[in-house]
Amino acid sequence: MVNYIWVSLFVIGLVFAGINGTMGDVNEAIFKGASEAVTICIGLISVLTFWLGLMKIAEKSGLLKGLSRILSPFVKRLFPDVPKDHPAMGYILSNMSANMFGLGNAATPMGIKAMEELKALNGGKDEASRSMITLLAINTASITLIPTTVISIRMQYESIAPTEIVGTTILATACSTVGAILIDRFFYYRRIRKRV
Amino acid sequence: MGWVTTVSIWIIPSIIAFILVFGTLRKVPTYETFVEGAKEGVKMSFSIIPYLVGMLVAITVFRASGAMEFFISLFRPFLQMIGIPADIVPLALIRPLSGTGALGMTSDLIATHGPDSFIGRLASTMQGSTDTTFYVLTVYFGAVGIKKMGDALKVGLLADFIGVIASIIIVTIIFM
Repeated sequence: MVNYIWVSLFVIGLVFAGINGTMGDVNEAIFKGASEAVTICIGLISVLTFWLGLMKIAEKSGLLKGLSRILSPFVKRLFPDVPKDHPAMGYILSNMSANMFGLGNAATPMGIKAMEELKALNGGKDEASRSMITLLAINTASITLIPTTVISIRMQYESIAPTEIVGTTILATACSTVGAILIDRFFYYRRIRKRV
Repeated sequence: MGWVTTVSIWIIPSIIAFILVFGTLRKVPTYETFVEGAKEGVKMSFSIIPYLVGMLVAITVFRASGAMEFFISLFRPFLQMIGIPADIVPLALIRPLSGTGALGMTSDLIATHGPDSFIGRLASTMQGSTDTTFYVLTVYFGAVGIKKMGDALKVGLLADFIGVIASIIIVTIIFM
């Protein structure tokens, strides 16, 4: 499916550019897009390097395992095919907590690491497993408690109460997270039914 | 507001200190272990580049050509019919595709309508309550080499839709 989406974005874009006479913008966009992507990745190097280094210490010292043991009763049901003491659980929990506190740049490394562990659990196949899709769904819905970026934008534009949207964001994010989990379950059971 | 900023400033340093002290108490060779893990991070960042370049170029072309605007105008009447304010429609549609695009649009909406207006509050809530699905998908799956994504994209996009609807309902109830 990704292949089709990817090609359609290009083809539809190019057809439109032809009709609209925006081919010049598209030419610019191609290289702007590419350099933006590389810039993001370069920015990720520092973050990934630092956090994965630190998390390795957390893993080796048993901190990650301890965290999973304390918190896994809450998340176990979300990821039924991950063993309780598996490092994947620790990374999943770190990823979720980092998201909650709005630490986006710490959440990404933990999420990737969790994916890596989940892939190993799935026998190293290049196919997304059930838990991987659940983790992804939770991340796209991004459970946030403190939306730091938005607060800073609101402050910039001299809002009387920059933090007044914290409450609505928490509620909305809770809805989308619950929604994501339910939709994820729905598709999972549909997949199973199809297989049988 | 004061305490939120204070807490935010203290979180990361505290986590770092805790991990380091805990590791030392457990007799982990901290520095060597850090370097070992950090090496993985370097490799990982480079492995994401091809995925992100591919995806971002496609999305940028789609936006720059005017195709995105056309589809937004196509969806607008339908979304307005189910009660989504016209000003917010472009943000709702761009949010899953492009993080920088959505952030730009949110600041723009806040600047034109004012941060304490209905649209300003709604844009703020929407921006904070979902993430860029395409980015998360590309980076997370790209980094570990997942080729068959299964239902992941569908689940992510539907969750975004729920986030948009939820934001509108909640902001309407609380601030109106």
